[in-house]
Parts: sequence; C-alpha cells; structure tokens
Amino acid sequence: MSHMNAPAMSRSNVTLDIEALSFKATMLSLAGISIVLLLAPTVIVLIVSFTSDYSLRFPPTGFSLQWYAALTEDAALKLAAWNSFKIAIATTLVSVVLGVAAALSIARSRTLSAQALDQLFMSPLVLPALAFALAALMFFSVMGFPISTTSLVIGHTIVCIPYVIRNTVAALHQLDPALLECSASLGASRSYTFRRITLPLIRPGILAGAFICFMSSFDNVPVSLFLRDAATDMLPIRMWQNLENSLDVTIAAVSGVLIAFTIVLMLLMERLTGLSKRLA
Amino acid sequence: MTTTGKMEDAIGYPLRLALPLFAFFLVFFAVPLLILVWMSLHSAPDSADVGFSQYVKFLGDEFSMGVLVSTLWVGVEATLLSLLLGFPLAWAFTKSPGWLRSALMLVILMPLLTSVVVRTFAWIVILGRQGIVNETLISLGLINTPLRLLYTEGGLVVALAQVLLPLMVLPLITALSRIDSNLSDASFALGGGHWRTFFKVTVPLSLPGVMAGCLLTYAAAVTAFITQSLVGGGQKLFMPMYIYQQATSLLDWPFAAAISIIFLGAVLTVVWLFNRLGRLSQGFARA
Repeated sequence: MSHMNAPAMSRSNVTLDIEALSFKATMLSLAGISIVLLLAPTVIVLIVSFTSDYSLRFPPTGFSLQWYAALTEDAALKLAAWNSFKIAIATTLVSVVLGVAAALSIARSRTLSAQALDQLFMSPLVLPALAFALAALMFFSVMGFPISTTSLVIGHTIVCIPYVIRNTVAALHQLDPALLECSASLGASRSYTFRRITLPLIRPGILAGAFICFMSSFDNVPVSLFLRDAATDMLPIRMWQNLENSLDVTIAAVSGVLIAFTIVLMLLMERLTGLSKRLA
Repeated sequence: MTTTGKMEDAIGYPLRLALPLFAFFLVFFAVPLLILVWMSLHSAPDSADVGFSQYVKFLGDEFSMGVLVSTLWVGVEATLLSLLLGFPLAWAFTKSPGWLRSALMLVILMPLLTSVVVRTFAWIVILGRQGIVNETLISLGLINTPLRLLYTEGGLVVALAQVLLPLMVLPLITALSRIDSNLSDASFALGGGHWRTFFKVTVPLSLPGVMAGCLLTYAAAVTAFITQSLVGGGQKLFMPMYIYQQATSLLDWPFAAAISIIFLGAVLTVVWLFNRLGRLSQGFARA
C-alpha cells in the first residue's frame, strides 16, 4: 500500500517543500531583520562612544577614551544624573508601598469596583504623559503648591506605578491559593501568612515591577519637563537639550554608561526574578 | 459555598488596601485632568468667561489640524511597520528551543529598558549626514552627496517602529504561545499549506495579541516626544511638541490645555476602537 503510493507522495512533498520553504524563509528573514534592528542601535552607540573624532561619524576613523574622560569633568551632566537617580529611587519607594497594597486588594477580586480601580490605575499607560504633566502643572499652580522635588516625585509616581501593580498582580495570580488556605487552617493569622507565605512568593514579581518602575522614572522626560523647578536638571532632559543644540559626542559616552548600567541591572534582575519569563 | 467563602477569606484582601492609591489618583490624577478641562474652556488665562473658543480656534486652524493629522498618521505608519517586523519575530520566538528563547527575550527586552534618549540618539548616528547609511551608500558608489535622512518622515517612522518594537512583540508572544499547536497540525493534515495555515489559522487566533500590541505601540508612538523632536524635528511639528511650545514658550495655557484635551480625545478614541476590536477578535479566537 505505502509502496504503491510512493511516487504520488513524493511529488506532493516537493510542492509542499517549496511552499514550506518560501514561508519559513520569509518569516525567518523578517525575524532576522527585527533582531538586527533591536541590537544594532545599542552596538552602534557603544562603538561611537569610543570614537576619537569630533563628530558623529560612523564608522569612526579612530578610537579613544576622550569622550568618557570629558564626561568625568562635565559637572552639569553629573548633577543631572544624580537628580534623576534620587527622583527615581523616591518614585520607586512610593510606588512599591502604594502599588503593592493596591495590587493585593484588586488581584483576586472580581467585583466591579476592583476592576474599575484596575482600569484607573493602568490608564496612565495609554494617556499622553505630556498632557497629564501639563494638567499636573496647572493643578499645582492653582493649589498654590510650588513646583519642587515633591511635585516631581508625585508626577513620576502616577506614570510609573502601573508597572509595579501589573507585575505584582501577575505574581499574585500565580500564587497557589491552597498554600494560603493551609496556613490559615493551621491557625496562622492573616499578617503572619502574608509575611511568611505571600510576600516571599510574590517578592520576585514586586522586584521586577520596581525595576521597570525605576528605569521608566529615570528615563522620564514629559513629566519632568513640566514638574521640575528651574534648579533641578534631569539627565534625559539635559541629554535631549544637548542633542537639540548640537550633535554632541559627549552624549555618546553618557549613552555608553547608561547602556552598561542597563545591561548589568537587567542581568541581575534576570538572576533574581526571571525577568524574561515574567514579561512575556 | 462555605468552602469558597472561607477560601476567599484566607486569600482575599479587603478593597480598602487600595484606598490610599485611589485617593492619590483622585487628587493627583483625576483633579488635574478636570482642571485641564476647565482651563481649556477659558478664552484667556485670566478671563472669567467660559466657552469653547479655544476648540473653535484649533479646529478652524489649518496648521493645528495638520499637526494633529500628521501625528496620528505617523503613529499608524509606525504601528504597521512594527507589526510587520514584530509578528515574524514573535512567531520565530514561539518556535525556538528553550535556550534560544531566553537569549531572544533579553534581546527584545533590552531596548525597552534602555533610555529612550539613548535609543533615539542611535538613530541620529545611523541616519545622520556621516551616519552608517550614508557612508555605506557613498562607499558603494550609489550616491555622491549624503542623503537627507534625519528630520524626514520616513526616518521618523523607522526609528519609532524600532524604538517601540518590544511593546508590539511582547503581547504577540503571549498570544502566539497560547495557540494550540494541534490546530495548525490539523490544518497541515487536511492539506493546508504553510501560508494558508498561517493566514487562516495562526493570524486569526492571535488577533487579541495583535490588538493589544497595536494599542500599546500606537499610544506610545503618538506621544513619543523625544523621538519625534530629535529624528522628526526641524521641519515637522507633532502634537506633544505643539503642547509644550504653547505652554512654555508662549505661555498660552488655555490653548495648550485645549490642544491636550483634543489630543487626549483622539488617542482615547483610537484606544477605545482597538479595545472594541480586541474584544470582538477574542470572541472570534474562542469560537
């Protein structure tokens, strides 16, 4: 039977193979382009940051550390980086405290109000941040509350807290309720169960959310543009303005430092929280 | 019933734990947005009369409408391009062995976590007069003088699509890995080719992910202030920059507020449309 069918089978296999090949070739080459597109900018910035040229020529005609050396003497950039760091730390702390509490209460609740709260807390992700920042600036000025680091942290918290909530809620969804039931039935109090069972199990989720919250606060421009006072320079704004005025090569060195910082933190988080499995 | 009740008791947390954040959002998010609406209804910052004069001014102004349309349109182009590139990548990811997946995921995540200014700066290096594209074309003898790539719409669309690609790919991966592989096997067994199976089985079943990805990418593309101003800037003005200019250089708060409300409305309409389509496609994917 199989012997008789052999010629017919092999012909259809050939047409199938060409068809399969054209499909796979198209998909894989597009995927390949995407991977190159994802990686190339980072690699190019790293190479350019070691240039000995005085313009953004690529490939560079020679290599040196001069732009990294220039960086160590740039007081304005260092101050801006320090400000961004402080604001991002404060934003992350506020976001974790408020966000984890909110996530606990909305994660397993199916009530309408819990879902409405979830929608509300997630809405800054799709709203234009610049429009919110302008609204916040008007709010503080109408209230007679001067623009300061406090207003900056408040604004950053609104736009960064969704990441903490989303990751904490996801971790809570993966928690096996049987564990909590066991703890409760063995006589543990609610707060004891939280400290000994819930918190250790959702800690990687909280950590991943806090990490993304920190990075997005550190990188935020729209909110900082409106809510910082004149004395508080922020790193991404300083970089943006330097690039607007002149295509400054020092920015390549700043970018090199930021890329290294991101990669190190990302690998650390991958170790601690399994970041790559958490976000897909 | 009682067991469920007890279980809820043991694992649920009261809604009042969300109250501090709710109050925070009420005061620092909802009230500011209301003040923004209120401000947009004034004809001048300190005048008392209330009306829609700022909106009439915007909608009747050819320049302002042009800014709105080109912002929304560049968002559409960037979203479509990142869908075209992102779908095959997400597909390849779900077909990859485990070790490759972790590596791919880090490649996908890295741009998402890298500063937007840094990612946009890379595009200045790529598209600039002495950038990699121009240098390559000149050394190949295809052109004599550098092409103007920076500050063009094409350059902006490519840069936006790349900068936002992770936002598109992550929901697509989630959707594609949920699809039962028996379905495409069944399609093959019934004589469906790879292309046919892809467009008749895989794509329809992944529509919820496509909608989610497009929604996130679009919302980020139209508000990508930094990329718009550094790669697209110079000749073309986009909504975020328009708001910023009106608010800070011209100090025209009522008009800046009206532009913000119109922009918010336009973005929310698109978000609402995507959500509707997403819900429809979910029913479709389940059926």
